[in-house]
Amino acid sequence: MKPEIFEQIMDARAQRTPVALVTALDTGAQRVVARDHAADDILAQVLADAFRFDRSGVHKVPEGEFFVHIHNPPLRLIIIGAVHIAQAVIPIARAAGYDIVVIDPRGAFATGERFPDIALHAEWPDEVLPKLGLDQRTAMLALTHDPKIDDPSLHLALKSKVFYIGALGSKKTQGTRAERLAAAGFPAADIARIYGPIGLDIGAQGAPEIAISIMAELTRVLRLGS
Amino acid sequence: MAGSDPTILDQAAQWLKDGRQVALATVIETWGSAPQPVGSQLAIDANGNFIGSVSGGCVEGAVVTEALDIITSGKPKTLAFGVADETAWKVGLACGGKIRVYVEPLAA
Repeated sequence: MKPEIFEQIMDARAQRTPVALVTALDTGAQRVVARDHAADDILAQVLADAFRFDRSGVHKVPEGEFFVHIHNPPLRLIIIGAVHIAQAVIPIARAAGYDIVVIDPRGAFATGERFPDIALHAEWPDEVLPKLGLDQRTAMLALTHDPKIDDPSLHLALKSKVFYIGALGSKKTQGTRAERLAAAGFPAADIARIYGPIGLDIGAQGAPEIAISIMAELTRVLRLGS
Repeated sequence: MAGSDPTILDQAAQWLKDGRQVALATVIETWGSAPQPVGSQLAIDANGNFIGSVSGGCVEGAVVTEALDIITSGKPKTLAFGVADETAWKVGLACGGKIRVYVEPLAA
């Protein structure tokens, strides 16, 4: 591997940019393809699926035999609301390999005692989120039930490429939320990106089971696309 | 995470920074009950120090030996290990799987 190829991979990781290292197994020739430019590559279709499903592998095409090694940034879960359900979600998400960020401007909720060893921001989401950068390997949960906190987070999530947006609340709550987002100028197709009521319908009772249903839905969207 | 463990590349980068010669081995294909998924990596330095895993211990010894040659020759190579392969038995891949490993000199 040439030094410039290795540097490109290390830089991509530092900047949370998904890239693939494509190696021609017969010649040893290598190239780094960013996910955003994968459509221009001769392996476009292979790369699209490989990025989406986080699946490295060997592919034989008329041009030769290639190993596609996906270097996706770590998965990240941003939780809006330092609430009880967040506490239940965190251990499952962490075991599944997510870096976790919790944001809640209410100091009484966002305490280190309630959320030990977590990147915790006792600030307004619209102040924190632009600094974090919302990308394709990030999921967001809006859990506060408070439009003052949840809505600005959803605005930013909908303008980004985050792979999953979930919002807590009943069907009625989702309805009024959708009306507010429509009034704020978001088209119906964008609003439909929000999963709400959040989580797979598994009859979950109580925070731990709701956490399981949320993480199951999030995993399905990550791995299957919807 | 497609089997990738980012800490291996960090270690390899550190070794390069320290002026050590490094080879990188990557699992590119698996069949059957191979213990490490595609994308798993092993970084090896010229003294035979290594970090990571390509087979959960079955063939690391053989991969390290090949890697030392590859550091010297500068030429990448694809290695295959499997139960149908005489060498695989010798190196201990009796765990029932087959793997292909791409070994390359790093940043050279």
